[in-house]
Amino acid sequence: MAESENIVAETAEKIFADLADAQTINSDSDGGWKAPLWQALTEAGLPLAWVPDDLGGSGASLAEGFSVLSAAGRFAVAVPLAETMLAGWLLAQAKIASPEGEMTVAPASPRDRITLNADGTLSGRARGVPFAKVAKHIAVLAGGANGPSIALVDAAAVRIEAGLNLGGDASDTLTFANVAPIKIKPAPKGFDQTALMLMGGVARSLQIAGALESMLDISVRYSNERVAFEKKISKFQAVQHNLAKLAGESAAALAAATSAADAIANGTSFDDAFFLEAASAKIRCSEAAEKGAAIAHQVHGAIGFTVEHILHRYTLRALAWRDDFGSESYWAVELGKLVAARGADELWPLVASR
Amino acid sequence: MTAALRFDPIRLPPECERLRKEVRAFLADEIAAGTFDPHQPNREDTDAPEFSRRVGERGWLGMTWPKKYGGHERTFLERYVVTEEMRVANAPTRRFFVADRQSGPVLLKYAPEHVKMDILPRICRGEVCFAIGMSEPNSGSDLFAAKTKATKTDGGFLINGTKIWTSSAHIADYMIAIFRTSPPTKENRRHGLTQFLVKMKQPGIQVNPIGQITGQYEFNEVVFTDYFVPDDHMLGEIDGAWKQATSELAYERSGPERFLETYYVLTELVRAVGNNPDTRSAEGIGRLVAQLHTMRRMSVSVAGMLQAGKEPVVEASIVKDIGTVWEQQLPHRVRDLAAFVEENATNRETLENQLSFAIKTAPKLTIQGGTTEVLRGIIARGLGLR
Repeated sequence: MAESENIVAETAEKIFADLADAQTINSDSDGGWKAPLWQALTEAGLPLAWVPDDLGGSGASLAEGFSVLSAAGRFAVAVPLAETMLAGWLLAQAKIASPEGEMTVAPASPRDRITLNADGTLSGRARGVPFAKVAKHIAVLAGGANGPSIALVDAAAVRIEAGLNLGGDASDTLTFANVAPIKIKPAPKGFDQTALMLMGGVARSLQIAGALESMLDISVRYSNERVAFEKKISKFQAVQHNLAKLAGESAAALAAATSAADAIANGTSFDDAFFLEAASAKIRCSEAAEKGAAIAHQVHGAIGFTVEHILHRYTLRALAWRDDFGSESYWAVELGKLVAARGADELWPLVASR
Repeated sequence: MTAALRFDPIRLPPECERLRKEVRAFLADEIAAGTFDPHQPNREDTDAPEFSRRVGERGWLGMTWPKKYGGHERTFLERYVVTEEMRVANAPTRRFFVADRQSGPVLLKYAPEHVKMDILPRICRGEVCFAIGMSEPNSGSDLFAAKTKATKTDGGFLINGTKIWTSSAHIADYMIAIFRTSPPTKENRRHGLTQFLVKMKQPGIQVNPIGQITGQYEFNEVVFTDYFVPDDHMLGEIDGAWKQATSELAYERSGPERFLETYYVLTELVRAVGNNPDTRSAEGIGRLVAQLHTMRRMSVSVAGMLQAGKEPVVEASIVKDIGTVWEQQLPHRVRDLAAFVEENATNRETLENQLSFAIKTAPKLTIQGGTTEVLRGIIARGLGLR
């Protein structure tokens, strides 16, 4: 990790540690912690990290922004930080300046489509859009007769049906009925919905990997405290091996997610090798979330199944994040098709391309 | 945070990609010349001494070792590229693989200078084959229960006892083995074993082949009867083998051979389903490729850490744990996915033959070179659980 990534990541870590301590926010039922946290993140320039200075952001590198997302995952942060970063990044692709405040992106699923009508308005439906209910603006990728466009939309102009994901965070259905955007510009050449989904998927992969690091950490600590049958449960080989498997899943998620982030941060085009990196990250991190969350709960026993305990903050969010920007099943089908289309003898050259 | 596991993304530098092209061209020539068939992992005799010499001539053995011993002072990442390309092509690496990966580095660290000057250049030329003498009839994973004795005599040691499951002992020129020089102490049950370099094909050593469930005979029983080892073939500290064993593990456990052993069935599955797979096949292949890609990135990351002079023992154990479980399951997953492949797929017979061999190979993958149970114990220790 470069020095500058460290500084940005440390800034984020410090804000989360001060204002988003899991135990504190878990017992705060009215969500009073959210406003101070968001303000601190905003003052540090993190929500618009990926927006260049001249478009209203703080102009951090892609790598620096990714390190913030890893930290956000480790704290299972329940404010639209990742979403606002993605929205700012999407708008910046078309050189649209970012407004202040919370944002989100639509569509958030590869199956949903927003269409740019001939009269310049937007139509369509997007399901499972994270934090739309609290967003002031929505960055939209819309298809049209002349290819994809990127638009900034006032959230108040869109019909929003509230929903919740597994982790209890807003995950809403948006209906665009001839919505006039605040600004709209053509997407750059080569940029399409797949690129947006891959970027969103990598963001979620980093968050899942971060949550798994925390699951491992608190599970190991708990096993070294909890006594059963007159010894710490960490001394039972069955428990040790379960935690070793959790470490393996956490490691796999970390490696897959950071590798994909590195590929984006240092890549130039959305080619097959990049597709392999980003799709694999979402697939493997989602698989790790399933296996890892199950072990973390098993180690904790009944206490981990309670609302009072912090474990669910990580396990349920990691499981929920699997669904955003294409599930592991979706990306597996797409990756499988790509591999098959390239043919058997081109599989290894693809895998060994970096 | 409890466990700061590191898997930093490593991008292979340009010299690696140039090298990869050279290795692929070399292997294509060897295949064209009939040295081996990349579609036939289950050939009867995997020993290929001439191939081994040609690999040595190319400078692909002892790649990371000092030039004065015949090495090439290249990086672990370059060695990684050569290893993975050979493995994926099913090249016959048996004769040189152990010497290059494991035995050479041990000699570099612990052997006297004249022994290094004698043996290391021959490993680099692909002329010598090594075996590893660890397991005994009553000590496998419990390495430090080994009983084969090395008794001090004039100018050396006399060896008596039996090693077992010794891969390649029937073709090996040398073995690096641990023998008991003292009984264990009350305080340290690992005390009392010493590492030795053993010259094979000598009187006093009898090698008995053991048939495996795959139909191959790649491991053996090795019986020592008053076999003499000179003093200068002792490696490292007397009674102190336990201190020397652990640092080798990162080299041994994290390489591409720990997840590519059954890779060929995946390639053949992709060929069998064709360019337009149904959803079931596509999803199955996509998941397997994502898992493979992830393990490779983890394994390359460990190679990068080795290059940086670190000893990522826990990370390496994780790679081997996940990698060997995956390569063990792979033929079964491929069998599932191949269930609806058209009867007339052109490579159907090849795939079926490969699956039969891979499924029979699978059980050993989580046993050899450190069982899953041993690896998870090491990971648990790294997590602070024991």
